[in-house]
Amino acid sequence: MELSKYKSETRPDWCPGCGDFGVLNSLTQAVANLDIDPKDLLIVSGIGCSSNLPGFINAYGFHSLHGRALPVATGAKLANPELNVVVTGGDGDGYGIGLGHFIHAMRRNLDITYVVMDNQIYGLTTGQASPTSVKSFPTKSTPTGTIEEPVNPIALALVSGATYIARGFSGDPKHLTELIQNGISHKGFALIDVFSPCVTWNKLNTYDFFRKHVAKFNGSDYDVKSFEQAMIKARQTEPNIPIGLFYQVSKPTYEEQDVALKSGNPVKAKLGVTDPNQLFQEFY
Amino acid sequence: MQNVAANELTVRIGGAAGDGISATGEMFARTCSRSGLQVFGLNNYQSAIRGGHVWFQVRAGLDKITSQGDATDILIVFNTESAEIHAPFVRKGGAIIFDREKVKMPENLVPVGVRQLAIPLGELARKFDKNPIMQNTVALGATLYLLGLNFDIFSGVLSDTFGKKKQSVIEVNVKAAMAGYEHAKENYPKLDTIIPLPAQPPKRLIMTGNQALALGAVMAGCKFYAAYPMTPASGILHWLAAHAASQKIVVKQAEDELAVINMGIGAAHAGVRSMVGTSGGGFSLMVEALGMSGMTETPIVIVESQRAGPSTGLPTKTEQGDLNMVSGASQGDFPRIVLAPLTVEDCYYSMIEAFNLAERFQCPVIVMSDLLLAEHIETVGDLNTSVVIDRGDLITTAPSEPYKRFKVTETGISPRAIPGTAGTMYVTASDEHAENGVVVSDVLSGLPKYVKERERQMDKRMRKVEVARNEIAAPKLYGKPDSKLTLVCWGSTFGVALEAAELLNTEGISTSVYAIRNVMPFKGEQVATALKKSKKLLLVEANYTGQMARMIRAETGIELKDKFLKYDGEPIYAYEIVKRAKEIVDQK
Repeated sequence: MELSKYKSETRPDWCPGCGDFGVLNSLTQAVANLDIDPKDLLIVSGIGCSSNLPGFINAYGFHSLHGRALPVATGAKLANPELNVVVTGGDGDGYGIGLGHFIHAMRRNLDITYVVMDNQIYGLTTGQASPTSVKSFPTKSTPTGTIEEPVNPIALALVSGATYIARGFSGDPKHLTELIQNGISHKGFALIDVFSPCVTWNKLNTYDFFRKHVAKFNGSDYDVKSFEQAMIKARQTEPNIPIGLFYQVSKPTYEEQDVALKSGNPVKAKLGVTDPNQLFQEFY
Repeated sequence: MQNVAANELTVRIGGAAGDGISATGEMFARTCSRSGLQVFGLNNYQSAIRGGHVWFQVRAGLDKITSQGDATDILIVFNTESAEIHAPFVRKGGAIIFDREKVKMPENLVPVGVRQLAIPLGELARKFDKNPIMQNTVALGATLYLLGLNFDIFSGVLSDTFGKKKQSVIEVNVKAAMAGYEHAKENYPKLDTIIPLPAQPPKRLIMTGNQALALGAVMAGCKFYAAYPMTPASGILHWLAAHAASQKIVVKQAEDELAVINMGIGAAHAGVRSMVGTSGGGFSLMVEALGMSGMTETPIVIVESQRAGPSTGLPTKTEQGDLNMVSGASQGDFPRIVLAPLTVEDCYYSMIEAFNLAERFQCPVIVMSDLLLAEHIETVGDLNTSVVIDRGDLITTAPSEPYKRFKVTETGISPRAIPGTAGTMYVTASDEHAENGVVVSDVLSGLPKYVKERERQMDKRMRKVEVARNEIAAPKLYGKPDSKLTLVCWGSTFGVALEAAELLNTEGISTSVYAIRNVMPFKGEQVATALKKSKKLLLVEANYTGQMARMIRAETGIELKDKFLKYDGEPIYAYEIVKRAKEIVDQK
């Protein structure tokens, strides 16, 4: 499908140079490549700079509450499994206030795609520490440096049951498009954690920093079905920070196993009860 | 002595958690219902899986029974503690069934004129099965004889209850019940008062409030239910989960109530009729998303089944203490509709209405239940099964002009399109937005055009409140309009208020009941008119501060000075209201 089909009339309100532009472009390219009709695409987000993304793409969108994008997306997907549901948000939204939902959504293996624009800082609230801020990082809320270990989203996704786990860099749009596109095509829960630099508030994890440190690793010696190899990769920070597809396995999705969904798409079901007498029988 | 005809009978069964008290009570309730009696059965339990004290009371009569009742004809006790607690509540002429193996009867607590029937329940039961719960069946068998109930009806209930198990289980239970029945017949006379049972018992439905809520939801076309386990709302989850496959409803137990309501809103946004259920603690977690339902104009039905608070409070005890919270929960002003069903039957109709109101007004609808209503079992009249489903302004094809999800209209209701529809793509946001859904909260906020837009959207949303207020029914007065006294109540307190009014009327104090079922939008004008016509008002509600009295004062300026408030966790008894009513009537 042509890219112009997804063009929104609203211009992104991100700072010039924000990493999220790259993510928006890659996501748009990915759905265009997959020929997904905008009417069948629902993009759900939470709150934060990156959660404004649904407004910048012509599709159905739900810009929900801080940390609650995954439950909203879960409800929508279970109500209409034919929708392509993509969730977008930031590290504070997904790995901080929404962390509980993140784990549970993955263990359900819903067929949804979660793109996290991870900038390791709270941007919209003007620069406080985030769950993925590296240790000792000084921020407005941690002037002497953070004293907590950062969340490792890739390792967490692995132990939580996600069936497609990748990391990209918004400075490498071609690679990112491929990761998102394959994530959407994947049947099951796909996490794409994206290094998406905040040019205003994070002066540590910048484009230059990532260009210098990230490296693609997927080659013939790497088995994406291996949990053990993925866990080693997920924890790697030296000599480089790996980006690419860490893990992909095929497992039944939640939707395939739900007793009600086996009999059809709820949103298309006829409302009401066909045989009330039979239903009422147990109450005599 | 000749047996005297009675209008009603009560049986109370007490024991420890794990003794099977609730299952036994339910079987007896069902037996009474199938015998043509109207039933009100209440399970009283603690937050414990084994041990603790549990009791079940079944009150049944020829006329409609609207409250749990306060005394019993037959008391069955399985431990000494139960005998000590309940013996004083046995009516003169009644009987206590117990087994000396397990119970030391506290003679000094047994009222004069109450027979002590020491039946070897355990010994009789062991002849058939070593499962100790079998002694309950023996005791029920004896009870059937003493009350003159039909044994075959009970064995029918037994086989339906154990229908999914082996035939041998049913046979053993029938034999055990018969052993109890025969033992009583050989050794004791029947009670002095016996209910004349109808020869052709009418077929009546019997269910709990939770079941009626769940059934109503299914009939209304609910296709998504999410919940986190929480007493007393869990009954809805259990019933719907058991019927998920046959009724094609997605039932989702989520990780917490934050997820619950956000999933519910997501499902509703995608276009299905969606519902969530919880108690006060879970509702507290839902508060932020409640506002999102209001802001995004997503229809959602929330059952808030109250229990005694604050905080964890008394998890297995009843209260109507969440009205302040429900009526004001979440930041900012937005339309909400609050219904408080009055009876089990009304639970069914409230749900059907709730789904129609939610979709018609595209806002959250909260159905307020409580532990007493949710968990007691009651016979209900024939439920109307021809359900009207009104999906409101739901469009399935794109309009000719560009689609505006939040179009400003006279009623405040905007045409709603669901994802998957061609040509109506939009983004809905918890942020303030323009008619087309574009957020005006960030870079556009404060610009004169969007200051105006914000005001227009607020006005649009809040216009729905007035339209809804006009559409929903005003509270009703039950009884004679010129009564000396009017009991003012809301939600499930209606049942006991009705009974209290009846008692007062019999004693010559003419009393009516004014019951508020549609709580929000509040029908202020109609309530003010009705209350001003009443001679003397007594507010009856189950909370500490009189939360409905506060709402009435806020909405009408009328202060209800006389109150009967109960907040000990136990259901209100009719005699308590009668006592308070006499005090205030005597004041002149």
